[in-house]
Amino acid sequence: MKGPELKLSTTTRTAAVSAALAGTLALTACGAANERSGTSSEGSGSSAEQLTGDLVGAGSSAQQAAMQAWQAGFNTAQPQVNFSYDPVGSGGGREQFLAGATDFAGSDAALDDEELTEAADRCGASGVFELPNYVSAIAVIYNLEGVDELNLAPATLAGIFTGAITNWDDPAIAADNQGATLPDQAITPVHRADDSGTTTNFTDYLSQAAPEVWTSEPDGEWPLPGGEAGNQTSGVVAAVTAGNGAIGYADESQAGDLGVARIRVGTEFVAPTPEAAATVVANSPTIAGRGEHDLAVEVNRATTSADEYPIVLVSYHIGCVEYDDQAKADAVEAFIGHVISEEGQQAAADAAGSSPITDDARSKAETVVEAITAAA
Amino acid sequence: MSQTVSPPRTDHPDLPGPVRTRRRLPRYAATGLYLAGLLLGAVLSALSGFNPALTVIYGVAIGTVAVYAASRAVEGTRKATDRLVTCIVVTAFGIAVVPLVWLSYTVLDRGLTRLDGTFFSNSMVGVVGEGGGAYHAIMGTLIITALAAVISVPIGLLTAIYLVEYGSGRLKRAITFFVDVMTGIPSIVAGLFAFALFTLLFGNDVRLGVMGAVALSVLMIPVVVRSSEEVLKLVPNELREASYALGVPKWRTVVKVVLPTAIAGLGTGVTLSIARVVGETAPLLVTVGLITSTNLNPFDGRMATLPVFAYYQLTQPGTATQAFLDRAWTAALVLIILVMALNVVARLISRFFAPQTGR
Amino acid sequence: MTTSAPPRPPQSPDRPKRRRGDRIFAGSATGAGIFILVVLAGVAVFLVAESWPAVVAPAEDVSGGEGLTSYITPLIFGTLLASVIALVIATPLAVAIALFITNYAPRRLAAGLGYVIDLLAAIPSIVYGFWGIFALAPALVPFYAWAERNLGFIPLFAGPASATGRTMLTAGIVLAVMILPIISAISREVFSQAPALHREAALALGATRWEMIRMAVLPYGKSGIIGGAMLGLGRALGETLAIALVLSASGGITFNLISNSNPSTIAANIALQFPESTGLQVNTLIASGLALFVITLAVNMLARWVVTRRADFSGAN
Repeated sequence: MKGPELKLSTTTRTAAVSAALAGTLALTACGAANERSGTSSEGSGSSAEQLTGDLVGAGSSAQQAAMQAWQAGFNTAQPQVNFSYDPVGSGGGREQFLAGATDFAGSDAALDDEELTEAADRCGASGVFELPNYVSAIAVIYNLEGVDELNLAPATLAGIFTGAITNWDDPAIAADNQGATLPDQAITPVHRADDSGTTTNFTDYLSQAAPEVWTSEPDGEWPLPGGEAGNQTSGVVAAVTAGNGAIGYADESQAGDLGVARIRVGTEFVAPTPEAAATVVANSPTIAGRGEHDLAVEVNRATTSADEYPIVLVSYHIGCVEYDDQAKADAVEAFIGHVISEEGQQAAADAAGSSPITDDARSKAETVVEAITAAA
Repeated sequence: MSQTVSPPRTDHPDLPGPVRTRRRLPRYAATGLYLAGLLLGAVLSALSGFNPALTVIYGVAIGTVAVYAASRAVEGTRKATDRLVTCIVVTAFGIAVVPLVWLSYTVLDRGLTRLDGTFFSNSMVGVVGEGGGAYHAIMGTLIITALAAVISVPIGLLTAIYLVEYGSGRLKRAITFFVDVMTGIPSIVAGLFAFALFTLLFGNDVRLGVMGAVALSVLMIPVVVRSSEEVLKLVPNELREASYALGVPKWRTVVKVVLPTAIAGLGTGVTLSIARVVGETAPLLVTVGLITSTNLNPFDGRMATLPVFAYYQLTQPGTATQAFLDRAWTAALVLIILVMALNVVARLISRFFAPQTGR
Repeated sequence: MTTSAPPRPPQSPDRPKRRRGDRIFAGSATGAGIFILVVLAGVAVFLVAESWPAVVAPAEDVSGGEGLTSYITPLIFGTLLASVIALVIATPLAVAIALFITNYAPRRLAAGLGYVIDLLAAIPSIVYGFWGIFALAPALVPFYAWAERNLGFIPLFAGPASATGRTMLTAGIVLAVMILPIISAISREVFSQAPALHREAALALGATRWEMIRMAVLPYGKSGIIGGAMLGLGRALGETLAIALVLSASGGITFNLISNSNPSTIAANIALQFPESTGLQVNTLIASGLALFVITLAVNMLARWVVTRRADFSGAN
């Protein structure tokens, strides 16, 4: 009685399983519609020689949107290179690069001294290159009904974020905004909840531009208790948008309809613009004592030039000057070359709202890119 | 208690006088009163500026009070308490349905925008701003989950067989206990474990699809063990005894008699355990990473998965924020559909393959 | 729950050797069981090994600069607070729902209604996060403002009310929704096992339905409810991304549930900080993961102990 029934159900089961398998195979076989470029790509119109192989990067998630744009442009010219970028975060990106798991890193901070020593093991005697290829102005965004323009001195900004200034009608804010009427409204300062390069740069700015008010060390993790916290840039923007009286900091491109404060630089109040952000980076000194291909900069936060906007996020591409094999070196050279090109920088600006680097910075970077070689 | 015992007179014609019959509210009175209360609540909240949440709160409160008061007046305290509890219990169920409906509505409302062919056929390669899809992420999720199932199901099933058919003494108790403990491992800890394990084994900072599968297995195995164990316990001992009586060795008895009898329950359990892990985000975030292109090989490099894809689309938008948000919501919607489908499959399995033993 | 052990296969004295197939099969089954123990031990060992550097590191090197304990304490506090809120909200609701399904709903609908509640368990946690941040939190803002005005004298509602709604209470509510199906499923299970004779006896004595439940169902199901709540607590403690998305976490220890400054939870903190962490920071995060592991372990052990106690002493057999 039991036997035949069991047999029957076994047959049905087999049929069901094979049907499911067939379905899966059919689905698998088709592949992603936009990835079937193949050899007959239209992109091969460019004169550059066609490279092949893998190019793997990992790191800063801030670069993710720009990276997609660069990848699109790069793969148009070099469709045979299998490019991937994993937005694991800057720390993870540097770690993976130094461990040899990736070909280059995207990082919101330059290598520190300890990592530089490790880099010597990873890349050999010729060392690493570090290029500040992704520059983004960090805007101070606010949401305050009836106030369309806001000027802030560094000390005032620091006071707001330390919690010393708690109301919008505070005399310190009024002093920065002569003639404006500021409402009696509590300030909700919003900061990043996650460890981020944006926070590092913002706190670095505060500690350099307003050292007497902001006494904490620059840190990727918000160092003070209290205040509202948002997860990632989008969380901060959402929090500021939602709360009247809120103020926060985020990539300038993400500000949307929110008010953007002008920051006092020297004697003038400067709005975050791509040009002003790129200029401050271009005019900042590189960190002394590093290799000739290491363009890591010490952003001049205390600048007094009104052409410069000092609250910027500088994100690097870090790679070896000398790779073990030629294909890898060529791929890195071609990719970074695309990134620093005018076209590449513009694509990133369109996709991610970054600030295209200046021509001056480009020519410096080009020298570095040309130096990328394979070990003989 | 005795005063509630009110036998109908017709059955006991020899009783001295009519025992006091309890007065009762007419059958639909309670429901009617409750509805009237709801209506009044709506009117009240409409007077003070309409607000859906307040409407419901006022309505439920007034309805409950009305029912309680009426019942108390007519039927007495005990019956009134009973009705009050009924109101509360029904309301509780209603409250639980609110987030379900609300959540489904939100996800459908925002996710349907991008639920199109492109979403299922394209990856994110070369996509800047609008367009693009999650083909790579969907495939990644399917592959990694399948791999996790391939790892977990044999281990989980064998452990369950051990516990039910072989186990005894201290080892059995230890395994039972620690399987229970394992169900409580936080998903992020499982992810960190897989991360450290592979870093240890392969030196470099590897990122492989299979790492994610291992992390998910840590979460999945205990669920498989628990559900399989329950099902195997339900297999009647008569079947085993009959098999032994025919001289069939124990392992063949398990494979040919016990497992086929329990197949429906086992299938359901496994499917539900897959549904449990398919939406896990945190362990995949730290193990498999994310890429924009399609990678179908879980032993070679990073893969995209649906939950991680959704997370990054939400948190790392470019300038075209809305396009990223739309993709995130659609990914969430697809994820829910996937889990629901697995649940339906589980139900179907248990109905379709249910043994005809008349148990 | 028939727990009678399956019969041993006949082993006649004239055939003492077990067949090879049996040995292999029994061996692999036992091996799988032991493998699980090894995995769990592996998880524990790895957590301890990876967090050790943070334990022995000088205090000023640990994130926050004041040592491991002061880094983890607020996180543990936040984890417990969020979970306890979730538990306080979810347990009564879940019990009521379980009662509704087992004792009130028309029998034909009961299974379907149970399935509806189970659907809540099927929704991935990241979707709860999305819902919490975009739908629930904004909807709760007016309530928080109201609570601050009218209940502000209670420290829990001292305010200032969050303008975004991303508060500890919101996180607790999201968690409550997530653990609701777990608690209600287990409560349903034990309620439906309440001895029919007791229930019928109560009804026959003229008890109303509520009196019957109070006398026959609840006492029987009490430890089941506690066990279910503990399991729900275990789930709530480890929840990661829903919290990471919903909660405005900015450190500190506070019982204020409706303001924008809240302690983070361990799991959410790991998810938020891990990507950008290197070196000792990673060890510190893993040390906090170890703390979480120990807490969930304790909660689960407690839950199992309570549940098994019921099985032993309830007289269900």
